[in-house]
Parts: sequence; structure tokens; C-alpha cells
Amino acid sequence: MKYQVEENCLTIFLPKEVDHHQAEEIRKDADAMIERNHIKYVIFDFGETEFMDSSGIGAVMGRYRLVHLIGGEVWGVHANARIKKILTMSGVTKIMQIYEEDQR
Amino acid sequence: MRDTNEMEVIFDSCSSNERFARVAVASFLTQLNPTVEEVSDVKTAVSEAVTNSIIHGYDQEIHKITVKCRIEQNRFAVTVKDTGKGIKDVAQAMMPMYTTRPELDRSGMGFSFMEAFMDKVEVESAPGEGTTVRMEKTIGKGRNLWTTQSL
Repeated sequence: MKYQVEENCLTIFLPKEVDHHQAEEIRKDADAMIERNHIKYVIFDFGETEFMDSSGIGAVMGRYRLVHLIGGEVWGVHANARIKKILTMSGVTKIMQIYEEDQR
Repeated sequence: MRDTNEMEVIFDSCSSNERFARVAVASFLTQLNPTVEEVSDVKTAVSEAVTNSIIHGYDQEIHKITVKCRIEQNRFAVTVKDTGKGIKDVAQAMMPMYTTRPELDRSGMGFSFMEAFMDKVEVESAPGEGTTVRMEKTIGKGRNLWTTQSL
């Protein structure tokens, strides 16, 4: 798992498969970083992600709960069609903005 | 060609086996010549059921989970069975966004995903006796194989 902190923004580069096993690790790492760096914005980068189940949705919702308290936001980038479908179906797109590259 | 086939795997309920379970099921499914979409649907559904057994059924203790698959023509059935604590109210558990473990970042979308990605989902459970989730999906619905068309 790779993470990048820039000022008050944390980018989480998600693994190839986001299941409960991987989500546990993301939760522990990300929450420590959010607290330590006073993170307000969390970006989920799905660039490498080919598989995701509801554990991924839980990971997004959990981080949203944290940063929402201080007026922050969660974003999703580089999601493929399958991941977008999962995100939309779960309704998590109501709290997470999806950044579309082809929007000009 | 025979048109029925079965397989069964029994494994420990540790989270690293979530991947093993869905990959094992997906590779058994390939004999039906599924689309990428159909494989993803089945993998997600299996992952949800196995994760439920690990987190809720066994409270993250290590016990056995049994996954059985059966193919009948183009009908694919998969059963995920644990002998854990069981579900008191199955209808409530299956409601979208309902979860007993929000502190573990569970979204409450597990059963909703199973229902969305499979044609049929049945849950049999009794407190103290465990839970069996049976799911079915027809593979290649509305898709004509070129080999069945006259040349």
C-alpha cells in the first residue's frame, strides 16, 4: 500500500484487490496518518484496483466519518467501470466525489 | 460432454483466505465460458459471503468455512457455509446499510451486493448453529455461442 501526504491531503493508492483483508490494513494506516498530519481531504486512487467488495465501501465511509467532522471531503480517482459500478450501487457516491478525467 | 460438475473446498476462516475462496470459485466457473463481468459478479458475491462468515459468523476466530459449487448446464450454484454463531433475524441482516459492526468499518452492503450480482440468494441460519448462503446465477444469459449457430 502506498500513501502520499501533501499538506492536509492524503492520497491512498489502493491495491489490486480491495477486500476485508486489505481494507483492515488501509484502515489502520490511513487513520494513523489522518490523525498525525491533520488531514482534511482523502483521495482514494483506484488506478491499480481490479476487484473490490463492500469492504472497500466501508473503508471509504469510515474515512469520510473522520474527515467530515472537521469539514473535510473524500474523493475517488482513476476508477474503472467495474469499480464505478460498485461505488454507485452502494450509494457511497453521495458522500464521495468521483473525479472524471474526461470532464473538461 | 457431461453437463453437471461439482467441487467443494474447506478452509480456515482467516481473512487471507477471502482471496483464495473467490479465486478458487472463479477458476471452477471458467468451464462455463463466462464473461469478465460474470466472473467479477460471482467473485464479489463469494467474497461478501466468506467475509460475513469470518467477521460475523466466527467473530474472527479460526474455524472452518465450506464452499461448494455446482454446475448444471449453464446454471451456476455456490454455497458458503459456516458453523458459527448464526443470524437471529435474517431479514434484518439482509437490509441495505444494516450492520452490527460499524466500528469495524462494515458498510452493511454485503447481502445487497450478493443480491445485486447473483440471480438468487437464499440464507439459512439459526442462532448457535451457523449460516448457509446459497446463491445461483445463470451464465451466458441471452448470449448465443457461435458453435450453436448453423454455419
